[in-house]
Amino acid sequence: MAFIDYYKTLSLTKTASDKDIKNAYRKLARKYHPDLNPDNAEANKRFQELNEANEVLSDPEKRKKYDKYGENWQHGEAYEQQARQQQNRPGNYGGNGGFGGGFTDAESFGGGDFSDFFKSMFGGGGSRQTKYRGQDYNAELHLTLLDTAETHKRTLTVGGKNIRINIPAGIENGQTIKISGHGGAGVNNGPAGDLYIKFFIANDTRFKRDGSNLYTNLKLDLYTAVLGGEITAETLTGKVKVKIKPETQNGTKVKLKGKGMPVYKKENEFGDLYLTYDVQVPVNLTEKQKQLFEELSKS
Amino acid sequence: MKTANLITASDFCLYHNVEHNFINLLQEAGLVEVSIINQTIFIPEKELQKLEKLTNLHQLDINVAGIEAITHLLNQVEKIQEDMRSLRNRLRLYENETE
Repeated sequence: MAFIDYYKTLSLTKTASDKDIKNAYRKLARKYHPDLNPDNAEANKRFQELNEANEVLSDPEKRKKYDKYGENWQHGEAYEQQARQQQNRPGNYGGNGGFGGGFTDAESFGGGDFSDFFKSMFGGGGSRQTKYRGQDYNAELHLTLLDTAETHKRTLTVGGKNIRINIPAGIENGQTIKISGHGGAGVNNGPAGDLYIKFFIANDTRFKRDGSNLYTNLKLDLYTAVLGGEITAETLTGKVKVKIKPETQNGTKVKLKGKGMPVYKKENEFGDLYLTYDVQVPVNLTEKQKQLFEELSKS
Repeated sequence: MKTANLITASDFCLYHNVEHNFINLLQEAGLVEVSIINQTIFIPEKELQKLEKLTNLHQLDINVAGIEAITHLLNQVEKIQEDMRSLRNRLRLYENETE
């Protein structure tokens, strides 16, 4: 566990006044506050560090203790204990039985947002009633494209707790949703942080997706392309019959309205499915077929 | 009948340690919507999260004009991030095609 230079965190020197500390904290907090840096984990981390530095340096008692022991903080509690023992029992020049003890189990104070260094030195969330919002948690959820075709519920385990969340149909790859209040617990009755879930959608279908529209190629035999007819096309969730106009050209694109992905958070709204016809030239022709094509070419 | 959860502005101010006028100024700037029932100002539940966010900014010594500007910029950032995500996904279509 490394020593943390709280003065450096706030870009201050040891001689900083209370006003300097307050100003430095507010200035940096304006820069790194999570509300001003959406989706920026680095800023979030930096903000936690600022909070911790401010918690120590703006509290006269904590600052005094921090300044007194500085980089020797690991032995600070032991020195104090020894000093107390010597005061109470002046005749006792015995050993140093108190060394190594006295550190509080910080987790029991719910100070999950503070570093191990802070917890070891001050024992958790701090004695003052400063409210701190709990840490935001970030999680990833991997789904397939088919999973996102319908709104459904999933149970996630975050921080040892099970959370049942609603996954709206049509959610896209890279999209993040926020579950308010499911982040880390707040300090000193501060509000809990939020849980951010980022979605990674793997495409397990033959469709290409762009927003709520789907795209695919459809093989079309030459005769149907020339004479017209009806074919069956696969959609994401089933099959539909598609009429082919006579003399359909290779590469023709048709739109099947409403057969794409559900539109995110818009009930009963769907994107479209675009089919691009890939006309197949017949192979392995019989002599008779060749003759017929030759006749056609002359006509 | 449809019911709505409301919290009094006074309770909010007390809990978050902000002056009542702050909410009036936010409302005047069109940043939050409030309901007035029998001359008491209430904050609708749907506005609470937004108001807490704006209060966080206020506690960083940012005035209402600054909060208003930041809110507009954050909305733009959100839209740009959304566009970027959508373009990345579109780019993936072409990258997969060339693989």
